[in-house]
Amino acid sequence: MFHSLGKYILLLRLSFRKPEKFSVYWAEVMREMVSVGVGSLGIISIISVFIGAATTIQVAFQLSSPLVPRSIAGSIARDSTILEFSPTISSLVLAGRVGSSMASQIGTMRVTEQIDALEIMGVNAPGYLISPKIIAGVTMFPILVIASIALGIFGGWLACVLSGDVSPADYLSGVHEGFEGLTIRVAIVKAIVFGFIITSICAYQGFYTNGGALEVGQSATKGVVYSCVMVLFADLVITRIML
Amino acid sequence: MIEIKGITKTFGDNEVLRGISAKFKPGKNNLIIGGSGSGKTTLLKCIVGLHEPTKGDVIFDGENFTEMSFEQRVPIRTHIGMLFQNSALFDSMTVEENIIFPLNLFTNQTHAEKLDRANFCLERVNLKGKNKLYPSELSGGMKKRVGIARAISMQPKYLFVDEPNSGLDPKTSILIDELINELTEEYQITTVIVTHDMNSVMGIGDHIIFLHQGKKWWEGTKDEIAHTDNKELNDFVFASKFMRAAKARL
Repeated sequence: MFHSLGKYILLLRLSFRKPEKFSVYWAEVMREMVSVGVGSLGIISIISVFIGAATTIQVAFQLSSPLVPRSIAGSIARDSTILEFSPTISSLVLAGRVGSSMASQIGTMRVTEQIDALEIMGVNAPGYLISPKIIAGVTMFPILVIASIALGIFGGWLACVLSGDVSPADYLSGVHEGFEGLTIRVAIVKAIVFGFIITSICAYQGFYTNGGALEVGQSATKGVVYSCVMVLFADLVITRIML
Repeated sequence: MIEIKGITKTFGDNEVLRGISAKFKPGKNNLIIGGSGSGKTTLLKCIVGLHEPTKGDVIFDGENFTEMSFEQRVPIRTHIGMLFQNSALFDSMTVEENIIFPLNLFTNQTHAEKLDRANFCLERVNLKGKNKLYPSELSGGMKKRVGIARAISMQPKYLFVDEPNSGLDPKTSILIDELINELTEEYQITTVIVTHDMNSVMGIGDHIIFLHQGKKWWEGTKDEIAHTDNKELNDFVFASKFMRAAKARL
């Protein structure tokens, strides 16, 4: 385990060495940002709307008492979405979509000698392949999480409109009541950290792939599993520190 | 000139290369031959720095490549071109982008100059007009030629070729050999080719090194191969009936 941790840290250090030519790396960063950000928007939108809707209906069901104001469903759905569902669930989904793709892309490049070809040319392969992905992860994950929060809250409102369990007015009033900016800061910090964890772990797994097609698949699986575990661990640590 | 001194490479307990020393002839085709598992590709990877030798030195024009850091190696690497066994083209890029890639990183040429160079290299390998194709749209032989075009795009002083004929039909193999030979002569490149194809050996082998059990077993020219009494080399070179018949006719 310590051997792998050491290799991971050394790979990260190599990844952030001075680029051979900034313009080439910049183009790569832009390409990765489009792939991670725009490419993931569809799946993030779908899961956010459904999770927001389901959360609101469940909260309304559990707190259906004359002693509890109906607007509480909006408050609880908002905080759950901001603090947990949007950053964590979105990141776990992104680990499957973005992380596995990164690990298998880099792994395939390794087993087909494309990484060797980069190194022969004098290109810092970790820098060219990994740093744009990490930069795309830490910049695009927060944007996706903010979009996910907005869509999750919208999903809750949609559930209110369609189901009638809570009136949309009560829901919106609950969403506005007692809002604290800290929750958004926590969500953004989580998104940045999760973005780093997923991209760097999956890239590491891909970069050290050995063998053929079977091993590329194994690297992608390992990348997703390890990054999901680390995301959940980091979620706990950040929550404990910031709240 | 490229010189290797006492190259030893071990993987765990497995000693793959055992103290190999040689000088590669400048401006000539230098062939490294040997059976499967003899250490040919490992030696090639040690020379170009993809593997670090356990012991020994690789010298490029008097400079000890083995002792250099990654940054120090970059100026030498820009003089190195390599054709990989499976071509190793970047599959997310077109043929043209593959050839331009090293120029983007290591030259300050304008886009038009880079395109000119790419077109020249493609024409040189008889692939004019294939600029916009992706590697997945190319045949094995075409991939090899694009690999060669990419390798020569930076006008290298040294060309390293790993199994240029693997997976190719005999006619295409000969075309690839002839292309490598022409480029070597035309640009006075020091070419190092790893192969076990005897047609290549007899066709373009100016200087041949035979590896056996991780050691340099024999060194000479293609003319000397036919008359050697080295048992292991004879067993390797004349393993096929065709080669034995050819030797009998000599």
